[in-house]
Amino acid sequence: MELFVSEGNPHCLKVLAALEVTGVQCMVPFLSRPTLPALLLPTGLHLFSSNAICRYLFEVSGQECSEFCNQWLEWEATDLQLCLNCLYIGLYDPFCDLLPSFLIFSLLSLLFHFPVSFTGEHKSVNGWFDRVASIHSCLSAAQKVLQGKGLQGMKSYMQRQPAPQSSQGRNTQPCNCERAFSEEELEAAILNWSKGLSTSPLATDRQHPILPQEGKRNILVTSALPYVNNVPHLGNIIGCVLSADVFSRYGRLRGWNLLFVCGTDEYGTATENKAREEGLTPQLICDKYHAVHSSIYKWFQIDFDFFGRTTTEKQTEIAQDIFWRLHKNGFLVEDTVEQLRCEQCQRFLADRFVEGICPHCKYPEARGDQCDKCGRLINAVELREPQCKVCRQTPVIRSSKHLFLDLPKLETQLEQWLEKSTSTGDWTTNAKQITRSWLRDGLKPRCITRDLLWGTPVPHPDFKEKVFYVWFDAPIGYLSITANYTDEWEKWWKNPHQVELYNFMAKDNVPFHSVVFPCSLLGAQDNYTLVSHLVATEYLNYEDTKFSKSRGVGVFGDMAKDTGIPADVWRFYLLYVRPEGQDSAFSWADMALKNNSELLNNLGNFINRLVMVICVIMNSYLLHLICECYSLFSLSEKKLIRDALKHILNISRHGNQYIQVNEPWKNIKGGDTERQRAGTVTGVSVNIACLLSVMLMPYMPEVSQTIRNQLNAPQSCVSTMLQDNGTFVCSLCAGHRIGTVSPLFQKLEADQIEALKKRFGGQQPAAVPAPAAAVEVVTVNGVDPEKAKQLTQAVAEQGDKVRALKAQNAEKTVITAEVAKLLDLKKQLALAEGKSPEPAPQKGKKKK
Amino acid sequence: MALRELSSLEKYLGLKKPNKYSTQGDKKVPVLQNNNGPPLLGLATIACHLAKEAKRPELLGDTAESRAVVQQWLEYRVTKLDSCTKEDIKFILKDLNLYLQDKVYLAGNRFTVADTLMYYGIHPLIVDLAIQEKEQYVNVTRWFDHIQHYPGVRHHLPPVVVLKNRIYTSRHH
Repeated sequence: MELFVSEGNPHCLKVLAALEVTGVQCMVPFLSRPTLPALLLPTGLHLFSSNAICRYLFEVSGQECSEFCNQWLEWEATDLQLCLNCLYIGLYDPFCDLLPSFLIFSLLSLLFHFPVSFTGEHKSVNGWFDRVASIHSCLSAAQKVLQGKGLQGMKSYMQRQPAPQSSQGRNTQPCNCERAFSEEELEAAILNWSKGLSTSPLATDRQHPILPQEGKRNILVTSALPYVNNVPHLGNIIGCVLSADVFSRYGRLRGWNLLFVCGTDEYGTATENKAREEGLTPQLICDKYHAVHSSIYKWFQIDFDFFGRTTTEKQTEIAQDIFWRLHKNGFLVEDTVEQLRCEQCQRFLADRFVEGICPHCKYPEARGDQCDKCGRLINAVELREPQCKVCRQTPVIRSSKHLFLDLPKLETQLEQWLEKSTSTGDWTTNAKQITRSWLRDGLKPRCITRDLLWGTPVPHPDFKEKVFYVWFDAPIGYLSITANYTDEWEKWWKNPHQVELYNFMAKDNVPFHSVVFPCSLLGAQDNYTLVSHLVATEYLNYEDTKFSKSRGVGVFGDMAKDTGIPADVWRFYLLYVRPEGQDSAFSWADMALKNNSELLNNLGNFINRLVMVICVIMNSYLLHLICECYSLFSLSEKKLIRDALKHILNISRHGNQYIQVNEPWKNIKGGDTERQRAGTVTGVSVNIACLLSVMLMPYMPEVSQTIRNQLNAPQSCVSTMLQDNGTFVCSLCAGHRIGTVSPLFQKLEADQIEALKKRFGGQQPAAVPAPAAAVEVVTVNGVDPEKAKQLTQAVAEQGDKVRALKAQNAEKTVITAEVAKLLDLKKQLALAEGKSPEPAPQKGKKKK
Repeated sequence: MALRELSSLEKYLGLKKPNKYSTQGDKKVPVLQNNNGPPLLGLATIACHLAKEAKRPELLGDTAESRAVVQQWLEYRVTKLDSCTKEDIKFILKDLNLYLQDKVYLAGNRFTVADTLMYYGIHPLIVDLAIQEKEQYVNVTRWFDHIQHYPGVRHHLPPVVVLKNRIYTSRHH
């Protein structure tokens, strides 16, 4: 027989120990082969399973395996081996069969090279462990395999193993960001750790205006401009501004030279109509709603460098400039379009402002673009007996000249640029797919003008009364908003070689950002910066339906603030459910669960457990953390924002487990070695907490700063941790004094969540103005002053009745009944007043 | 899933009275409620117990070597096969194909529970294979077809069609 083993391989331990104890004669040459250990049997068959080899050796020497032995072996293979990296193992009873002992011992021995022992319910393991460890065969086997190097001896073997599989079996989307780390990388990490903060540069404050700089990574981030007329709901917020904000915060921490701009998109029919409805001018409507947007985003801690508007002079200037260039370069075509015009209202009617009889199915309320009944797409001019929805007059058909952007003429140029951009940049999959399908359907000329008043005027004399169609001119808003931020805007927008442009949006905006707008810029031929990385999210639904302002379903705008739940918690949850690969849904129950488990019990719990600080020595858990860090960076760069968040939570979980296992609060009361260990553990934990606070900054900026305040951590740790490739340094060293630790998060109670879910579930009336609020006084706790008044009266009356009955010496049963009524009324009153319904201590009956 | 396998195995072994099973944990590890002692845990462990109960110890291997080989494949089934990812499938089939080149059954020349449990475990993989792939892993397919037709083995699983004549010539592989 020949036995093949390798160095540092824990499975070989068991085999060698079994070999020695059974006394079977075997050659043991040392080789390195892919599947080891392996046993070549006399018959020529190979055994490659270490457990099977051990069984065979035991059987050959006369010791057969019992059924319970089988059970242990199976468990060892399916569960224990997988838990190689986990310290916390529950064992059943100590047993005396040797074979299973060897197997389990071989794995456990490698973990317990430092002085940790099981306590509490697992104390019995210590006895078993000591007994097995003292068996000579085990000791010598351990010696042979590990060569006296302890855990280190195992390192190179472990690094070559594949990452542990999740217990769900077949993964559909393997994360390809996990990798083994080389010896050099680990050495470098240890070195960096000990360097500490002293050699790191200080973080600099932001200086406006931010302009591209030579030698730095210049990143321009835009979020799709929210339409001013609509109050944003949670779906809009996560789709655009919040995603862009997390990325921007992250980028600034990494030391990139980053500018984040956004603003309200204000031109268009909808604003015109709203203005008419509210009796204001479009400009005033825009002023009013721009302020609403601005304050909502401020509350959500969206850190724009500049939040502007599309209704500025710069917009007119730049849009008209692009227009003329397109015209000069021959990319515009003229055509005549037939439209319905209402002479009464003196305007051309947009499709949804015409109603008539469907030419196909005769449905009388068909709208100008689609029949609601048969669903067919129609042109407004095809409607029978059309009517203007506003004044009910019959519109007339008028021809109108319009200008079209000749997309087919620009198609080749566009495709060339797309090829380059999508291959070198980080476009999300859905963005690429949507773009491809638009191209596949064939590009057609797109109309860029409209017969409206509220818009950027078309400068061409033949189209005097017209404005640009909002989808042509809105993306130009990115440029004009930047122009309103700085006069040197062209350094960002006409500088494709120095600038990387990131566009964040929801998937319905993709075609305009990947086809129409780039075509405008390409056709204008002025060296414009085009998008390098297009990041599109899917849709966020609300519970099991969609957000709807008209039906009062879902959380809109500043309603989030009114719930009393802090902005950081909203941010955390929205980012946690960010719809990346597919649609996702906001769920109150889930938000409460995540808040209570991840934030409160995991993150908050960990930070709160810290007690004291002593300086540290590296230990193997930190290797885990560094691996998580690297994964985190690569994920954040690829804008896998959700996965990155999960890594942060993993680090916190590791931290919790680390403290849980090492129990520094107990060890600190022990002897010298224990106290030193306790010190090490707390020191490491505090630095982990510091690291966490930095990593959380893009997600929850307030919480992040609060943690640093509580730890009394210097501001410089922020820049050190994430600059360049990122390093984990010892920022809080021996002798550091921390601040006061207090709870970071509040629990979200079930009844609170139920009430909120009801509130936003579609029962509130749509857009009722302020006066109604005074009447609606019932709040979450059932406090009701009106009712309280009535009850006070009732209590008084009932009280009188009882007193009267007692004075009359009425029947005891009657009195008891009336007293019961009185107590009940008092209870109701207390509830209505918001007080505790506990009855006051019963006064004893006074004897007369 | 494991429970259905065990009940099929009981039928094959001709055990008159079916045993009582339950499951444990997220991975739904099968547990056998034993009248004569504490419960037994684990698919491979229970399968071996059933073979002994039915007085068919030869199904666990008739020599020390073949017994070790049977245990090895049982372990392989509950570890590598049950938790394999899409990428692993190629390697599993490749290794098995090489292994079965000169063997009729997994543990040499006799049918054992290793064949049964590996057949149950590998069935979902084989179902998804295209004809060309089945021809590529010709030894696995041959062994699989043999086991699925073995009297009394295939109870709860649908048969997989295996063509007798090769469609793809050796050039295609």
